[in-house]
Amino acid sequence: MDYGFIFQKLAEGFLTTLLIFALTLVFSLPMGLLVYFGRSSKWAPMAFLCKRDRSPGKIKCAVAEFKPISSIFRLFISILRGTPLMLQLLVVFYAPFYLFGIKLNTAWRFFALIIGFVINYSAYFAEIYRGGIESISVGQYEAAQVLGYSKAQTFVKIILPQMIKRVIPPVTNEVITLVKDTSLGFVLAYLEMFTIAKQLAAKYSNIIPLLVAGLFYFVFNYIAARGMELFEKKLSYYQ
Amino acid sequence: MSVLSMQHIKKSFGDNEVLKDISLRVEQGEVVSIIGPSGSGKSTLLRCATFLETIDAGEIAYMGQKAAWTENNSAVYVKNLKPFRKDFGLVFQNFNLFPHRTVMKNVTDAPISVLHRDPKEVRALAEELLAKMGLSEKADAYPCELSGGQQQRVSIVRALAMQPEILFFDEPTSALDPELTGEVLKVIKQLAEEHMTMVIVTHEMSFARAVSDRVIFMDGGVIVEQGRPEDVFGDTQEERTKQFLRHYER
Repeated sequence: MDYGFIFQKLAEGFLTTLLIFALTLVFSLPMGLLVYFGRSSKWAPMAFLCKRDRSPGKIKCAVAEFKPISSIFRLFISILRGTPLMLQLLVVFYAPFYLFGIKLNTAWRFFALIIGFVINYSAYFAEIYRGGIESISVGQYEAAQVLGYSKAQTFVKIILPQMIKRVIPPVTNEVITLVKDTSLGFVLAYLEMFTIAKQLAAKYSNIIPLLVAGLFYFVFNYIAARGMELFEKKLSYYQ
Repeated sequence: MSVLSMQHIKKSFGDNEVLKDISLRVEQGEVVSIIGPSGSGKSTLLRCATFLETIDAGEIAYMGQKAAWTENNSAVYVKNLKPFRKDFGLVFQNFNLFPHRTVMKNVTDAPISVLHRDPKEVRALAEELLAKMGLSEKADAYPCELSGGQQQRVSIVRALAMQPEILFFDEPTSALDPELTGEVLKVIKQLAEEHMTMVIVTHEMSFARAVSDRVIFMDGGVIVEQGRPEDVFGDTQEERTKQFLRHYER
């Protein structure tokens, strides 16, 4: 067994893993914010039913409180959190074929993988952001309102910076999980590090390639966690 | 023309009627203190005046301009409240400074990005105000590095930097120990001497007596008694007011 060859193959696979990881974060971090906005939408088109009526019935008020956008996003989040990521990746991969009869090619694997990861992670990030934003005291909003800040200004200038600081620990958790989740690329037979490690292990009937891959994951996660720690420290100039 | 005019304000939270037909006018340069037991509606009145709560009925006007009035038994607000917000400032009980920003940025950002004033002038004004409050060296500090008294003084500066016509204080010293309370009251007193128009909700009776042109005693959502401080404190008319003030005698 050629260890140099194994290492080289895994290192190549690792670059792909890194690419999946980076692209997923780049898209899912902001998309999580959009999902959060949808989730927290207060748009209730039936609100008028309850507003003018002095003593509206229970059913009328239930209808009035119906928030369609928020409901859709809640469902979206609960499905994405409630089903295996592996299954979601397969659904995304096969969707164009089953929905539109499009013939799937190998290039699609990569896009399906990224789309699957981004959608799944955006649901988790949305909930993390929600936790961070809801932990900010109402006084911050009131102070901003009295000073005349618009809603958008309040969010960008006052709420978002404080939210970012608060969500670093849970986001770090997700980042670490994502590094390991990239190994699910094997279900689409996409050649990232884990898929390669599995192939090598099978070819040589040897566990070493898998252990080396494990080492790669561990070292990278260690670096990622340290990086997030440093970022957190950088933001510790205020409480 | 009154700086603030609130007429027949009504406000309920569910079945709880917090303000029952309250009317209040504040003239230019006047310092009004509102005293009364907890739950009497003092803070709610300020929150209605600053649009943090919406009124159920009544009329609110700043500088003669109506911001809210009553139509068909319910309150209507003007579409755009923004022009009214620059008329007033509010100092909160727990400061509500922005923790991620320096003192200077806390003070200058709203005048620059909301009122679009010249950044240089705003900064000059902020420096002047901070100096007046004895906070010159704290311009680059973050709120968490300041004492409660300093934080409250910064929040007063933040409100003043907007150059409002009237300044509201919602129990500005209730979160502070007696020593820090003193330094904040001193600053408010200084503003009173400069004839800043102010409405102060407070539990500091001797302070209310010393700085106010008018004292209002509220209980159960109504104004029970009001007048010059020497009358309200010295020649109390209403039994309920006497009862309340008795707690402050030694």
